Amino acid sequence: MNTIQENLERSTQVKEVDKIVVRFSGDSGDGMQLTGMQFSDTAALFGNDLSTFPDYPSEIRAPIGTIAGVSGFQVHFGSTEIYTPGDQYDVLVAMNAAALKVDLPKLKRGGIIIANTQGFDAKNLTLANYPKDANPLEDGSLANYTVFKVDVTKHTKECLSSTGLSTKEIDRSKNMFVLGLLFWMFEKPLNYTINFIKEKFAKKPEIADANIKALTAGWNLGENTEIFTTRFVIAPAKLPSGTYRNITGNHATAIGLIAAAEMAGLPLFIGSYPITPATDILQELSKYKANGVKTFQAEDEIAGICSAIGASYVGNLAVTTTSGPGMSLKTEALGLATMLEIPLVVVDVQRGGPSTGLPTKTEQADLLMAMHGRHGEAPLPVIAASSPSDCFETIFEASRIALEHMTPVVFLSDGYIANGSEPWRFPTEDELSKINVSFLDKPNGDNNELQPYKRDEDFIRPWIIPGTQGLEHRIGGLEKQDVTGNVSYDPANHENMVRLRAKKVKRIQDYIPLAKPDSGNENAKLLVLGWGSTYGAIKTVVRDLLSEGYDVAHVHLRYINPFPKNLGELLHGYGRVLIPEMNSGQLIQLIRAKYLVPAIGYSKVQGQPFTTLEIKEKIIEILKA
Amino acid sequence: METITIDNSGKLSPKDFSSNMDVKWCPGCGDYSILKQVQTVFPDLGVPKEQFVFISGIGCSSRFTYYMDTYGMHSIHGRAAAIASGVKTANPDLSVWVISGDGDSLSIGGNHFIHLMRKNFDINYLMFNNQIYSLTKGQYSPTSEKGKITKTSPYGSLEEPFNPTELALGAKASFVARTLDRDPKHMQAILKRAHQHKGTSFVEVYQNCPVFNDGAFFAFSDKETKKEEAIFLEHNRPLVFGKNDDKGIKLDGLTPVIVNLNEDKVSVNDLWIHDEKDKTKAFLISRFFDTMFDEVHFPRPFGVIYADERPVYEDNMTQQIESVREKKGKTPLNKILAGEKTWTIL
Repeated sequence: MNTIQENLERSTQVKEVDKIVVRFSGDSGDGMQLTGMQFSDTAALFGNDLSTFPDYPSEIRAPIGTIAGVSGFQVHFGSTEIYTPGDQYDVLVAMNAAALKVDLPKLKRGGIIIANTQGFDAKNLTLANYPKDANPLEDGSLANYTVFKVDVTKHTKECLSSTGLSTKEIDRSKNMFVLGLLFWMFEKPLNYTINFIKEKFAKKPEIADANIKALTAGWNLGENTEIFTTRFVIAPAKLPSGTYRNITGNHATAIGLIAAAEMAGLPLFIGSYPITPATDILQELSKYKANGVKTFQAEDEIAGICSAIGASYVGNLAVTTTSGPGMSLKTEALGLATMLEIPLVVVDVQRGGPSTGLPTKTEQADLLMAMHGRHGEAPLPVIAASSPSDCFETIFEASRIALEHMTPVVFLSDGYIANGSEPWRFPTEDELSKINVSFLDKPNGDNNELQPYKRDEDFIRPWIIPGTQGLEHRIGGLEKQDVTGNVSYDPANHENMVRLRAKKVKRIQDYIPLAKPDSGNENAKLLVLGWGSTYGAIKTVVRDLLSEGYDVAHVHLRYINPFPKNLGELLHGYGRVLIPEMNSGQLIQLIRAKYLVPAIGYSKVQGQPFTTLEIKEKIIEILKA
Repeated sequence: METITIDNSGKLSPKDFSSNMDVKWCPGCGDYSILKQVQTVFPDLGVPKEQFVFISGIGCSSRFTYYMDTYGMHSIHGRAAAIASGVKTANPDLSVWVISGDGDSLSIGGNHFIHLMRKNFDINYLMFNNQIYSLTKGQYSPTSEKGKITKTSPYGSLEEPFNPTELALGAKASFVARTLDRDPKHMQAILKRAHQHKGTSFVEVYQNCPVFNDGAFFAFSDKETKKEEAIFLEHNRPLVFGKNDDKGIKLDGLTPVIVNLNEDKVSVNDLWIHDEKDKTKAFLISRFFDTMFDEVHFPRPFGVIYADERPVYEDNMTQQIESVREKKGKTPLNKILAGEKTWTIL
């Protein structure tokens, strides 16, 4: 593989490379997220495979120029398959000194820095805590990198001086200037972004014009000056044939719910309270009013789940979305939903905890809460998405299980895949399976009696919705008598009901696929067992190691409760089992307890996803031991 | 489980609304009366039985749901309002009744309560107020009077009580009324009004707890005191009370004044005429309750304090869905799956 570094040393030609990681970094108000997304979408439309990683602070606008205010967007794109946003980057766009300070450590040696010189004035350097009179752009400390100094602020001002816009408005276009320059550098067309700008500022044509001018000026700077010596071309990736789109995990979750509702023939109701990083799902779904989607922004997290319970009770596909702290608030109502035995999808987009923790950073630390975080014995299905696009299939599965098995289901995603994006070969409606739902419309017991808690062979009770003539009955949180559903304090009945509810969840095993290796062989020397968003990093590493001749395999779990039927047998076939998790070891507790497998844990609890290097080194260390 | 009886006559009777569960409130509990009045009124409401849904929280009051032969959910503490929001939004055709108590509504469920009033779903909210926590056997509630001696306040409670009708008005309730367990006819009339009102109808029902707070409201129903201590509001009628209907209330600017119709040379024509749609005056009436008027002892108002319809949440939701659909049309699932920008790899 060619790397940028090798190419740079040679000539000013256009160079073809396999993959590149670019990090856009600037102040929270510099528009780095938007710039990164535009760059990614353009690369995706061009046919590159990619993975993105928005990495931003929880403050909306921390003091300008400070380290606390640095907002980053990382994109890894290539002509080969890409599963992670990259451990290190090849190109760092630093809009100010603080951005350089924060993000330099992960720039590859020899990598490119594009620095906005005005962001390195005395004031910015001080805010970024550089020593007095030290300027990294001038003092030789960046000798191991290729630095391009561009006065983005000045260039943007010059090209927009005749527009009559205020200095502030002009200043806000500078991200477009940088984007134009990057498009030139990677030979990407401008038209997608130009159309985006026109749509976004349809009502403010003067702002649209200014942004387009800045974008074009950035491109022209690359084209017309001799500052930049090399352009890079990344050919389209050889992905499986089909039609693709770019999608984030949260958007995939939102449209997965719409698809599930449609395939079940039910209205969709979402009762939620805004919380980072789950809010997007509520926002996205609220756009689909014309499709009859009812979005209910509740007064709090509890009302979010309770309104969803109400909507489920009357026959909707009902959903509540949240993150860890909200999950805690919903647990009492989850107990009710468990008792009522009604369908409910609970989306937990995990973030760093406990408490407010690291609200914009990622973690997988809610797994044991999802499994056990309720009063009494209240087992629920728990399933987890492994990548941005996998959120679609997984939430569809969550909905199917909830509706077909009459149970609340916890769907786990996390900040990393929720905000990250990747190309997705999306399905068409014909490729989606029907979700089977029926409402009871006549008495189901002997002697024409209604028996609300009479179960079928899979322990599932009927869904009986208000408005159905002749089936009036009461349900509630008090323990139910088996079959009749009447209130019962009978000791033996309670134990029986606890077991029946557990059996119902366990029986779902018969309706989910068996576990199988994602890559590598069964019986390999070492199995890497993952769940959730560690998928991309584990997959990349295991595939690399397999090609290097190591005897490793990768199994990734979507279904955590119940586990696939064959999981125990599968795990016992491997020499060693390694479980990397972005928590202090939660899946490993479940696996060890259930299957008595002496699995080895590997934890990272830094609010950041695993790098491939970290996992690779761990695997090799174990294999060599 | 009950047997299903198909009533061919078409007209339902109170018995049709009685479930087969044994009612387990304490003997003499005010809840019995409320249950009876609801069952009495329901056949007259013209709603098919299967369209009624009761949602209750936790507490003595909330057991109500089990005793009505309708659809019902006995839910969790304080959350009935939130669950009812989802029920009504998802199916606006249902006649939704929330049953709750003073603790359930105003303490643990306070947040849901105020937002329910604000959002104005077309549902009926019956709050049984006994000014005590009964199911947990006698602790002070958010409506207990200051200084009340209970198991958790052996030296007297330190808290000002809520005035529920004032709170509901402040939370933008579109219908606020008060009635009491010992006046069946009045309660029946108020229940009918609550049902007829399109919007969230908040009805505070004074309910006697014979075990933990006996007699809290007897002054408003006992023959000797009732006419002095209670005033029964009627739309477009003057505010008259007193043993011999000899007292009235008139407004001096924004200050209510009690006048003696015999002595003060004022006639009924000078009195404050109750206007259910006047929110400012509704606030004043609701405050015949607390310290603002302490120097004058006002009678406690019963009846419809305020009723003025405004658009309800679920209709707004339906209209928004229809208007967006008209403008944009329903997006086919395939288009949602594909999104705005796609590319094809051959």
